[in-house]
Amino acid sequence: MLAFLIKYPHKIYNPLIQHLKITAITLIISLLIAILISIVIMRYPLVSQIVVGLFGAVYAIPSLALFAMLIPFLGLGEQTAIFVLVIYNQFILVRNILAGFRSIDPAIIESAVGMGMSDSQLFFRISLPLASPVILAGIKIAIVSTIGIATIAATINAGGLGTLLFEGLRTRNNAKILWGALLASLLTITANAILSIFEKKAHKAISGERGKDNKL
Amino acid sequence: MNVAVEFRSVSKRFPTAGYDAVSDVSLKIYDGEIVTILGTSGCGKTTLLKMVNRIYEADFGEILFYDHKIKDISPVELRRKIGYVIQQVGLFPHMTIAENIATVPRILGWEKGKIENRVHELLELVELNPKEFAKRYPKQLSGGQQQRVGLARALAADPDVMLLDEPFGAIDAITRKNLQEELIKIHKKFKKTFIFVTHDIHEAFKLADKILIMDKGKVQQYATPLEIHLNPANDFVKSLVSSAEEQQQEWITGGGI
Repeated sequence: MLAFLIKYPHKIYNPLIQHLKITAITLIISLLIAILISIVIMRYPLVSQIVVGLFGAVYAIPSLALFAMLIPFLGLGEQTAIFVLVIYNQFILVRNILAGFRSIDPAIIESAVGMGMSDSQLFFRISLPLASPVILAGIKIAIVSTIGIATIAATINAGGLGTLLFEGLRTRNNAKILWGALLASLLTITANAILSIFEKKAHKAISGERGKDNKL
Repeated sequence: MNVAVEFRSVSKRFPTAGYDAVSDVSLKIYDGEIVTILGTSGCGKTTLLKMVNRIYEADFGEILFYDHKIKDISPVELRRKIGYVIQQVGLFPHMTIAENIATVPRILGWEKGKIENRVHELLELVELNPKEFAKRYPKQLSGGQQQRVGLARALAADPDVMLLDEPFGAIDAITRKNLQEELIKIHKKFKKTFIFVTHDIHEAFKLADKILIMDKGKVQQYATPLEIHLNPANDFVKSLVSSAEEQQQEWITGGGI
């Protein structure tokens, strides 16, 4: 295995970078779209329910099938992969963004409004910080799921760590399979660990446990 | 005397309800008065209060805030001149006590030193030691302490009028008594207009310059505590007052012998 790394470092390095790139682009686009959708539907509970339900139904389609379905329209390659990944993420992100804002105690909102906060002050000083732990939890799940599903995107020529895996399978190259699997798992575990720290910090901050002098 | 808040034939009906929550209310609240609004749950007392700072909008009639129609003032501007305290307190959990109290002064762009002084002064006013409490978070305070902060926060930018919606409703009897006395003390000191909603008849009589008794969205009587005691306007007021007196009588005779 090590021999493979020493002999062909670029064969591991390139797919890894590509994988990170797909994940990053997907995440940025997903977040932008999810925030927009959430802002539009937030005020309408019924619409929210329907939209999240629809995204849930799409999320239930196996990724390989969705990739295959879209090839006639979008062709092979990275764009198609990113398109599919963004759609999958909408379910996770929109659901968590809505849940995050809904988890805020209405009394907090009422007192903020009652003391004369403008809409933007209410959003940035109160709503967003208080919703952030649940939103961050959504981002964490979205990243982990993106890293996972992106490996399958290799089947439609999108590159990434999946390439290593599938090439290894086809040519019975155990080193390739192992590197592919190892790096994909490591990436997931690392992303999960880092985001868990942020999530915990955000949670502590909103429940007033930031202060050092905590005890009564 | 100046009129702080005036209602002119104000009515409000919620879309899902078949009756008026507030029905044709007209009255004046003078500058510097403590008015308690008393009634059973669902009588419209909270609705009436929340129309003053436009949390709810009146369907009919006119509400005046120091002779200006509140419809002509932007809700945000209006609310910054009005202190607002609710039963659930609604402190911001991610901010320290000092930050909570500083909210409106910050929005108004006060300078830092002035805000710090004000926070210090207000914490002392509500009898919380600034050194001990300024940097704590709401979660670390008892219910009574939290409502003291709620009161300080509402007073922060020196509002003309304070709206208090059953602020001591969820607080134990002893703490409530202390808070009521402090509220009277604060009122004496600043002579602001306090509009105080409660369903506790003793609280209503204890605090009020004038009591507004409501039932089914309508004003039953609006007068001083003494006048209500001596001349209840109708059967509803009579039964409300006498039921409270009976209750007191019952536990005195029941427990005493």
